[in-house]
Amino acid sequence: MNNDESIKGTFDAPKGPSLKQSDVGNIVLSNRVFYTCMATIGGVYIFLILAMLLADAWYVAEKTMDAASDSADPWKAMLNDNPVFVALSDPKIRYSIWLSLISCTLSAILSVIVAVPIGYLLARHQFPGKRLLDAVLDIPIVLPPLVVGLSLLILFQFPPFSFIARDVVYQIPAVILAQFSVACAFAVRTMKSTFDHIDPRCEQVAIALGSSRSQAFGMVVLPEATHGIITAFTLAWARSLGEFGPLLIFAGATRMKTEVLSTTVFLEMNVGDIEAAVSVSLIMVVAAMTVLVITRIWGSREALL
Amino acid sequence: MISLDNICIQTGDFCLQDVSFSIPESAYAVLMGKTGSGKTTILECIIGLRPVSSGTILIGGKDVTRLNPALRGIGYVPQDGALFSRMTVRDHLAYALTIRRASRKEIADRVEELATLLGITHLLHRTPPGLSGGESQRVSLGRALSFRPKVLCLDEPLSALDRETREQMCELLGNVRQQTRVTTIQVTHNPEETQMLADCVYRLEDGKVMLEKTSSQ
Repeated sequence: MNNDESIKGTFDAPKGPSLKQSDVGNIVLSNRVFYTCMATIGGVYIFLILAMLLADAWYVAEKTMDAASDSADPWKAMLNDNPVFVALSDPKIRYSIWLSLISCTLSAILSVIVAVPIGYLLARHQFPGKRLLDAVLDIPIVLPPLVVGLSLLILFQFPPFSFIARDVVYQIPAVILAQFSVACAFAVRTMKSTFDHIDPRCEQVAIALGSSRSQAFGMVVLPEATHGIITAFTLAWARSLGEFGPLLIFAGATRMKTEVLSTTVFLEMNVGDIEAAVSVSLIMVVAAMTVLVITRIWGSREALL
Repeated sequence: MISLDNICIQTGDFCLQDVSFSIPESAYAVLMGKTGSGKTTILECIIGLRPVSSGTILIGGKDVTRLNPALRGIGYVPQDGALFSRMTVRDHLAYALTIRRASRKEIADRVEELATLLGITHLLHRTPPGLSGGESQRVSLGRALSFRPKVLCLDEPLSALDRETREQMCELLGNVRQQTRVTTIQVTHNPEETQMLADCVYRLEDGKVMLEKTSSQ
């Protein structure tokens, strides 16, 4: 609205070429078309995301209603026979929920611990081979997930990794390592961008005031990076939750051992239990959304402090 | 007090050759020059944030050319204040003393003294996002003075302030200078600030620093 007014205002300008009335109309129309196109393209994608989630929820609701209609006590059936409740009461799925929560949290913590120094060095310092290192850090992002898993598996054939292969490969540590291998690359990207946006002048002032590099980093830079660290953790956690390819190859999909939620969906689909697969998917959606909301609220509160 | 002898600075395509000048103890020196002439670069070399290609920097007769900036004992006020957004004003004033492991009482007394001197007692609990430009520069100045530095370096500290606030800050800098007698070098291109504050004025032109005026002239 203001833009349009300012354009009209140029008509009264005493000097310089002025816009014709028809040009003003075209600009107003063009602005409307521009925003309509932007909103439509964005809206299609948002619709796709919401439609997928609604389809899952609708499928589960439909199955719940079917169970209720076949039962003498529909309310009890809706509670006890709905696919999500059935999935949650299965000890195998409960195990995979717990393993997912623990492994995702550990891999996200490890990712942040590794991403902070790498992101800092990449953002603040110039050194030989920096561009190559930058490219290497993108490999886990661009590599097909199955190749990451296969490469980890092959790596543990060689010393010194082979010495601990028995305790890692197809065991719980393999789950965490496979999740960490991919999630860390995303955390590094987030931390680099975070440190890029922190004014290096603050750090320089801290050093001039008598701080060592580590004191300036710990007392000035890290507190400024809190929001980025929370974002990196969230991203790494969500990425770990959805990891499947590397896990299947490197950790296997053994029930009550290396089974996490993503592998549960795969295993349930394999045995033809689509209801359980959809229910576990919904549980994953709820878990991911919960972590996202908690970290966003915490992050925005931190930003206000 | 501060002496630069044949300093050469090379940063990318920018180059300053054979920069030499000296500032007497307790003097308030102003370094003037056009935008992009290298005033801030010289200041950063004195502080130690930028390496010099050759030449010597002496502070109090001691060669600090290759000395870590943390060990030079220089208080630094950058153009935008560069306050630490997560710290309160009190934490800013206490920062340099905290890392020097001063006692709690010593820190509290110094914070109180500086806050009174700079008129920011009412801001001690606030964080930088809630401060005005003038208040931010007062805090930045207090942070730089907190450890009683031998030298104070001010990089266009008043350039982003409105006229009224700038005049107040000039008055404040004059008071601070009278009370602390700290050797000060300020980079500016504002003649009014120079007129109000400077003992000696240096002008950087075509890569050379020339003494333009001293207070006795």
